[in-house]
Amino acid sequence: MSLLASLAAQAAQPVTPVTSVLVETPSVDWWGLLPLILLAAPAMVLLHASSLLRRVFRGFYATASVGIAGTAAAFAIVQWFRVTDLDGGRGPYTTVASAYTVDGYSVFITVVLCVAVIVSSLVADGYLRREGLDGAETYALLLLSASGGVVMASANDLIVLFLGLEVLSIPVYVLAASHLRRSASQEAGFKYFILGAFASAFFLYGIALVYGATGSTNLGTIRQTLQDDPFVDGGALLLAGAAFLLVGFGFKVAAVPFHAWTPDVYQGAPSPVVSYMASGVKAAGFAGLVRVFDVTLAGQVRDWQPIVVGLAVLTLLGGSVLAVAQTDVKRMLAYSSISHAGFLLVGVAVASPEGAAAVLFYLAAYGLMIGGTFAVVTAVAGPGEQATGIDAFRGLGRRQPMLALGFTVLLFAQTGVPLTSGFFAKFGVIKAAVDGGWYWLAAVAMLSAVVGAFVYLRLVVAMFMVEDIDPHHGDGDVVAATPAPVAMPAALTLALAATVVATLVVGFLPGLLTDLAGDAVPVVLATLP
Amino acid sequence: MFIAQTLPTVTSSWYLSLAALLFAIGAVGLLVRRNPLVMFMCVELMLNAVNLTFVAFARSMGDLGGQALVFFVMVVAAAEVVVGLAIMVALLRRRPDATTADDVAALRG
Repeated sequence: MSLLASLAAQAAQPVTPVTSVLVETPSVDWWGLLPLILLAAPAMVLLHASSLLRRVFRGFYATASVGIAGTAAAFAIVQWFRVTDLDGGRGPYTTVASAYTVDGYSVFITVVLCVAVIVSSLVADGYLRREGLDGAETYALLLLSASGGVVMASANDLIVLFLGLEVLSIPVYVLAASHLRRSASQEAGFKYFILGAFASAFFLYGIALVYGATGSTNLGTIRQTLQDDPFVDGGALLLAGAAFLLVGFGFKVAAVPFHAWTPDVYQGAPSPVVSYMASGVKAAGFAGLVRVFDVTLAGQVRDWQPIVVGLAVLTLLGGSVLAVAQTDVKRMLAYSSISHAGFLLVGVAVASPEGAAAVLFYLAAYGLMIGGTFAVVTAVAGPGEQATGIDAFRGLGRRQPMLALGFTVLLFAQTGVPLTSGFFAKFGVIKAAVDGGWYWLAAVAMLSAVVGAFVYLRLVVAMFMVEDIDPHHGDGDVVAATPAPVAMPAALTLALAATVVATLVVGFLPGLLTDLAGDAVPVVLATLP
Repeated sequence: MFIAQTLPTVTSSWYLSLAALLFAIGAVGLLVRRNPLVMFMCVELMLNAVNLTFVAFARSMGDLGGQALVFFVMVVAAAEVVVGLAIMVALLRRRPDATTADDVAALRG
């Protein structure tokens, strides 16, 4: 049969219905993805609108950013009632070919990320105008980064987790380098980028090895495969993969010995961005860490637990001891955030639902208090972020008592003083460790808290107890001028007041947040048939 | 067919070993080289080593999924390079003398 004849014969045959040749696409539950879409899509609209709009009123972009993050958080809260109500509601479920989970855990982290964006945006508003950098870019990048964090918290597949990690990280590299007139900012961005990309490569190699060991990147399938045969592939590939994954996560959450970038980046990057790094990026990193290790690799707990416990001890002690030696407040807060990561790692290491709930409580409480802390640092540091030494806080209690009082509450919360949220955050983690039989680990955590207290109390002492430099009664040679009063933009004051109030409310009524954290236990759902 | 009998068969473990070697070269290179561009290239080498690992595993398991993952990695690598080069350009505008990574060391404590 000639070619022409065969073509004619084909044409004569009845046309096959088009539907049968279409590639089957997975069903997508758009309602489940709504908080993610509400963060990412308006962020891009905001970016485009900024190049079209000629004149906008002052603070338009910050208002838009707060509105977008607030809307996403509101829809996430609506979802919360659907997915945590196991009787009448829908319960946790996966969508997009079981690559994306919508459960209480992912919704909780989504809200934490949205709050981090709101606080950072409020602080950034005054900061950007002071530094002459006002524009939509910072806010759009914050929102896009948060959308990556949401993907990370919701991922039910390692490659989706990796994509979330990158969407979370890449905007933050840009944000860290975004102060165009401070070369310290570009240096911070460069260092963060190189080490972040290095960590991503390790993380990705870990994914490849886990894929080779189990034949899948889906967390549910991996868990099922490991339950059926714990010694799949002799275990070596899987363990190597898990170790590489841990290195990747360790960089993101700034665990010792992967913390080297943290002090430099915290010191160089703009303070509102550092606020988001400490609250948002840390929350997303721990969200992924808990879901991969505490839930997916729960059967391998004996293999990875000693390593995570070791990391936790190093991070707890390293962070708090190194913080003592710092004189720059931003570097000091960097080391203190490392020691807070140590407390969070204790919650991960005990590998229990109580530990996971304690991690969630800690992330929510810490996100609020560090957001407020960096609001104060932004204000006190002044134009160009020149005044970040401890001296800048000297006598602040006399000059601006309300500001100093708010800062003191936030510092006490980070110390873990009772009647603040920080106390219950530390209490929850240590209680989870004791319940799991890790008495010595709990003791190390408490020791770290004691050492860390020195750092925060030194700032409090500088604010209230050190004599202010008095120009009139000096020795005659030294004529020091009284420092100019710290300028407090309205949005920054609002952010500071809100975080201080939230820290105190959770401190007096911790049940509000512990119940929510307890309901948000992470799950991994197997691939549906 | 003397040659065919003596030469070992190239199995997937060959590719996995090659990928591990490339990854190690990239990781060590990033730590020892001081030129920012070469450091970028080392990161790219690490990512491509991972791609080779994915493809080798996918081939040995007969699973197409692993080959599809490579595309995601490529897209992410491209995005990272764009941002990384932009940061480098911004840095060099502020400090034209900073040609090696050791020059970028004003922040320390």
